[in-house]
Amino acid sequence: MVQVDNLGRILEEHPFAQGLDPALKDVMIGCAANERFEAGQFLFREGGEAKKFYLVRSGVVAVEVHAPGRQALTVETIDDGGVLGWSWLVAPYKWTFDARAQTLVRALSFDATCLMRKMESDPVLGYQVMKRFVPVMAHRLHAARMQMFDLYGPAKKG
Amino acid sequence: MSAALQQADPMDVRPFRIEKIRKELSDVFTMELVPEGGGSFAFKPGQFNMIYSFGAGEVPISISGDPADPSKLIHTIRRVGAATEAIGNLSEGMAVGIRGPFGNPWPVEEVFGSDLVILAGGLGLAPLRPAIYMALAHRQRFGKVVLLYGSRSPSEILFPKELEKWRGRFDTKVRVTVDRAEPGWSGHVGVVTKLVKGAGFDPLHTVAFVCGPEIMMRYGIQALEDSGIDRTGIYVSMERNMKCGIGLCGHCQWGAPFVCKDGPVFRFDEVADAFKVREL
Repeated sequence: MVQVDNLGRILEEHPFAQGLDPALKDVMIGCAANERFEAGQFLFREGGEAKKFYLVRSGVVAVEVHAPGRQALTVETIDDGGVLGWSWLVAPYKWTFDARAQTLVRALSFDATCLMRKMESDPVLGYQVMKRFVPVMAHRLHAARMQMFDLYGPAKKG
Repeated sequence: MSAALQQADPMDVRPFRIEKIRKELSDVFTMELVPEGGGSFAFKPGQFNMIYSFGAGEVPISISGDPADPSKLIHTIRRVGAATEAIGNLSEGMAVGIRGPFGNPWPVEEVFGSDLVILAGGLGLAPLRPAIYMALAHRQRFGKVVLLYGSRSPSEILFPKELEKWRGRFDTKVRVTVDRAEPGWSGHVGVVTKLVKGAGFDPLHTVAFVCGPEIMMRYGIQALEDSGIDRTGIYVSMERNMKCGIGLCGHCQWGAPFVCKDGPVFRFDEVADAFKVREL
């Protein structure tokens, strides 16, 4: 079992916690757990309740889309220092993709119910968490738009 | 280099024999050419030739071979139009016409002493390959060397064996990403701009060479600038409708510059304004 002070140290090392007030880190740690996923294991599946989010410490997580009769399609990978999952912030709080460990993954997970309750009662914490999630969401949206462009489409020159 | 092969008149077409053809992707192939009658062909990384398929027409194609080996002229070509289709239908032993080399090269030697970031997308790796060969041949003259490459899917990665070989070096960081992947791919998935963050270069002492479709370059440059690289340290290779190759016909005029003569490699700060003009 990982001690709370160790979780605090792990959180401090993650880019998500950069610039976060130590007192707020302690509050967040109360909702955190250290998790490990073997390669091939699913962190969550599409349609499931989004009760957590993850700060990836090491390893690679594949974000996949499934369609009947087709192989899974990986649309993004998230690795060391990445943030996985924001469906816990948006109703109806269901995962919209599968997330599968592509390699051995170590991550801090946060209990969404626990953290949301603390964010509701402490607007400073709420603001700080949202301030860190909005860029993640914006980058994902930007990346999705770029992928729609087909960036590497045929060029005239060899 | 054989002085006899230096082109006196840039409009003269010289015959080259196709010695080898290698299929790279479903619509991309690489040709190794040798001059009819022998000799060699010197060029600088980033330069291009006009390749003439007899009876079909002429197309500008970047040289993708090693500038240290002038015995072979190597071009990597995508079938996108009548001329490239005609060239693609030729067989080993047949001939094409060559005019060149033309254009402004990647300033590899001028940036010795810097960290070097090479950002390529899709077929844009081909015009950058000569610069990569040259940089790795002078590896000790650079700080960090980082190659960031993006492709649509794993099956569309250009020069995969060389990417693996370069990645196997202990002195070069190679990161590859694809837009989407099916099971079996254990690499990165996401847009190429995502690779810039965490690539580990020193932005204040870094020069970046960028080549790929223009939309990819636009976002790639933005990511490089966001990482702290000054636009005077970013070089791009442009493509326009080059015809004469020597700045006379005006087909490739891009604002004030001619891409064939003043480019195809430009320092970004010199063309940044033109990049923003949608009609150009």
